[in-house]
Amino acid sequence: MAGLSFDLIALQLFAGLALGAIYVLFAIGLSLIFGMLTVVNFAHGAFYMVGAYVGLYLISIGGNFWICLVAVPILIGLFGLAVERVLIRPLYGRGIDYPLLLTFGLSYVMVECVRIAFGKTGYPFDTPEVLQGAVNIGVGYFPLYRLFVIGATAVVLLALWLFLEKTSFGLIIRAGARDPQIVRVLGVDVSKVWLIVFGIGTAIAGFAGLLAAPLQGVIPEMGGTILAEAFVVTVVGGMGSIGGAVLAGLLVGVVVSMTSLFAPEMAKVSIFALMAIVLIVRPQGFFGRAGLMS
Amino acid sequence: MTSKVTEAGSISRRRLLTTASAGAALAVSPFRINLLQAEEAPIKIGFPVPLTGPYGAEAQDQVRAGQLAVAQFNDAGGLNGRKAELVVRDDKLNPGEAATRTLELVEKEKVNFVVGSLSAAVQLAINNVTKERGVIFNSISQSDAINEAADFSKFTFHEALNPHMTSGAVGRYAFAKFGKKVAFLTADYAYGHEMVRGFLEVGKEFNIENLGDIRHPLGTTDFSTLLPRLQALKPDILCISNFGRDQQIALKQATDFGIKKSIQIIAPLLSHASRVAAGPQAFDGVVGGCSFYWGIEDKFASTKAFNDAFRKMYDGKLPTDYGALGYGGVRTVLEAVKAAGSVETDKVVGALEALKYDYYKGPQYYRKCDHQSVQSVLVIKSKSKDMKNESDVFEVLSTEEPNEKNLRSCEALGHKS
Repeated sequence: MAGLSFDLIALQLFAGLALGAIYVLFAIGLSLIFGMLTVVNFAHGAFYMVGAYVGLYLISIGGNFWICLVAVPILIGLFGLAVERVLIRPLYGRGIDYPLLLTFGLSYVMVECVRIAFGKTGYPFDTPEVLQGAVNIGVGYFPLYRLFVIGATAVVLLALWLFLEKTSFGLIIRAGARDPQIVRVLGVDVSKVWLIVFGIGTAIAGFAGLLAAPLQGVIPEMGGTILAEAFVVTVVGGMGSIGGAVLAGLLVGVVVSMTSLFAPEMAKVSIFALMAIVLIVRPQGFFGRAGLMS
Repeated sequence: MTSKVTEAGSISRRRLLTTASAGAALAVSPFRINLLQAEEAPIKIGFPVPLTGPYGAEAQDQVRAGQLAVAQFNDAGGLNGRKAELVVRDDKLNPGEAATRTLELVEKEKVNFVVGSLSAAVQLAINNVTKERGVIFNSISQSDAINEAADFSKFTFHEALNPHMTSGAVGRYAFAKFGKKVAFLTADYAYGHEMVRGFLEVGKEFNIENLGDIRHPLGTTDFSTLLPRLQALKPDILCISNFGRDQQIALKQATDFGIKKSIQIIAPLLSHASRVAAGPQAFDGVVGGCSFYWGIEDKFASTKAFNDAFRKMYDGKLPTDYGALGYGGVRTVLEAVKAAGSVETDKVVGALEALKYDYYKGPQYYRKCDHQSVQSVLVIKSKSKDMKNESDVFEVLSTEEPNEKNLRSCEALGHKS
């Protein structure tokens, strides 16, 4: 196929970054929970899916997309709090595989519940009217809604960074991740900190699901495919590193995009090839701390 | 010699005694009830379809309409009072899973027939099992390979359209109307490959220019990295050969990228269930083919009767294209059972071959050499305005009447004529 122009490559690069933003948004919650709690949350995709369905439900009873942007993360966050308190907490102090297996099972339960409540068939999810259509970004046309997703991801990242780095509660969270025992000795209720971190992580997952809904519609299995991609992003970025997840997410997006341009059949494989290369050269990922899994 | 006879005689005497005592024991045991029931066991039709996964919406309609065909057969008295039963299994759109489920249906459930599948690739896996076990399989999803001598067997029937017929009909309509420069976006498996091959073949008659074929894996959820490239090729027609959720997402995202402004999108098949699941905007203006649309009820009494029966059974819902295939696939087998007066495989094969039927979409019959159902192909366009009800989603642009000329010849498929 001929016709590779500068504009096309630039547009392709941009499409990759936009796709990367979606990966980042999804992986960030996963990375946050793992980094702070060392819980590998296999139900992350299910929270993402439930987020999309809650949005669908809120709109069907008269809400709109903008209300959902606020309500969905709150509702999914509350659900996450309940899951942590009731299911995850009893497993702290045991091996890393206990919460992993629990959340794995939980994801099946959540998907099945949604199938029972909403049916196995997917639903359309319309892009909000003001964000429909494509705009010229200088090198070609790009969907307005995808630009909005990039913006929303940036806002979430900024808010998360400010919260973790600039507030005293953020300081406690970071300290708790380093050495929970010392923090406990200093008189901080670590279990409360973990509860809130899990809630924030799941709230971001629900938010990501809502943002993904207008891109692909909603279906009970929607969390499954993205979970694999999110794990790649988390592993490449370094388990538990938020900055790493951002860099890796964007990189994975660009790699997929550029492979799509030259060898579209290889696009799906390319992200796993990238992961393999990174793991060989730098087993802990870009910014991962060694020994987190042990 | 003499001693041998005596020996044989003594064995047979012993065997006679054992059998007699076993028979006596059986006569008084509760086992007997089972044996009596076995005589009246229902006619079982195994129905493996991908209930979960990207083609789930279509598969559920196949089951609904398949159940209708069974209910009608039973209400009409079955086969001299013997009722039929649909044994549904989820093949998860996976050839391995489908083969296992089919084997289970044949071995454990002892099904008499298998009808089902919804994938060009998965049906071949099912066909491999049924072919080997000598069980009739009526496939209700598109495939070209299943017609070919290598995969065909006398037990293999194909109620669905095949990619050659479908892409032929859509190509003949679209290439004459929308332009000659064509780019392809294709699901990277048998269905997509066979569709593109069909389009390129019919395209020769129209001298189309193939600008390129971009392949994506089955189950892709994001096409944003493929669309700019397709747009840059500047085709007159973008031909998207994928199905189910892939089709829903591809059309939705192509719409978001503004592709429809300058390019006509065509698809070999426009799925009714996918159009409903994705909403009117995503499919708006897209032209494609289908085997059935409920709207042809003005034209065929059989369509009207099928629609009415479906409406009655499912609270006023109308059947979809793949639903109709589920109905057709099960009904043809059950009608053949009635005609044969038996569930014996060879007799039913003969009855199916002799069938000239019109059960839901106008006249059809199974071609002798490959058991492909010769039938009409509808060319349709998705609409987003003036919809009379929630099922009023397509407009029929043209109909290609049933004609063996539009099929690949028996010789080309490797069958001896």
